[in-house]
Amino acid sequence: MKARVFITLKSGVLDPQGKAIHHALEGLGFSGVNDVRAGKLIELDLADSTSDSEIEDMCRKLLANTVIENFRIERLENA
Amino acid sequence: MKSAVIVFPGSNCDRDLAVALEQVTGRKPAMVWHREAELPDGLDFIGIPGGFSYGDYLRSGAMAARSPVMGAVRNAASRGVPVIGICNGFQVLTEAGLLPGALMRNAGLRFVCRGVRLRVENSQSLFTSGYDSGEEIVFPVAHHDGNYQADDATLDRLEGEGRVALRYLEECNGSARDIAGILNDAGNVLGLMPHPERVIEPAHGGTDGRRLFEGLLETVAA
Repeated sequence: MKARVFITLKSGVLDPQGKAIHHALEGLGFSGVNDVRAGKLIELDLADSTSDSEIEDMCRKLLANTVIENFRIERLENA
Repeated sequence: MKSAVIVFPGSNCDRDLAVALEQVTGRKPAMVWHREAELPDGLDFIGIPGGFSYGDYLRSGAMAARSPVMGAVRNAASRGVPVIGICNGFQVLTEAGLLPGALMRNAGLRFVCRGVRLRVENSQSLFTSGYDSGEEIVFPVAHHDGNYQADDATLDRLEGEGRVALRYLEECNGSARDIAGILNDAGNVLGLMPHPERVIEPAHGGTDGRRLFEGLLETVAA
């Protein structure tokens, strides 16, 4: 079983990397970009018996820093 | 004073910190590898050095904060042993939950490497007794992720409880309220981005950092 963990900065947390990407997009001539926030995607290959709460535990203990980041888990059944 | 310096893969200020400690205390610190689950007995001080532990993978300090030795550091800190985290060490302490907040990418995105002017905001701590409150000092900084952030309630609490130990006197990395170093609630854990161990003798271009270790030695010996 595979799972994807999406890690994003909490709203209100300054994202200098997102800002730089935003500027670069504008520099390339893309107009109408209102904002950019950069995050992370972590793909996990897990034993089928892994429970949702175990994955959540992984996120809280290591994958995300919940002081500044949110996480969302997507289970890919049969993958 | 019996001290230990924790060494992670990717630490690169561990020897500088060891030299500073030996010069000031007259005793070589124990160098403790991150895989050790126990620290030497009877430690008076633990230093978590700067560097790029685990290549800054995932987040700066994130991997190191979960290594076996940190359980022992946490226990020692809860018993009141003074712990200092410098630069990457500060990142490790926030990731380990021993200090509040987080250190994010510098607001200007660039690696910042220069001497910065700092103000000693609290000279009553274990670590800052060698300074006067309000004194201006210069320590070098060398970091990419030194932008200290925490929610307003946490920042207010840090300020109200005198736990902001050092503040930048010039723009450095975008840190909330120009915070350069903070103390835990018990006052025995200090995290700071600037490097006191890099200014301990005149040949370094300054000696402002030496008094941090001298003050600590005096407090611990008292």
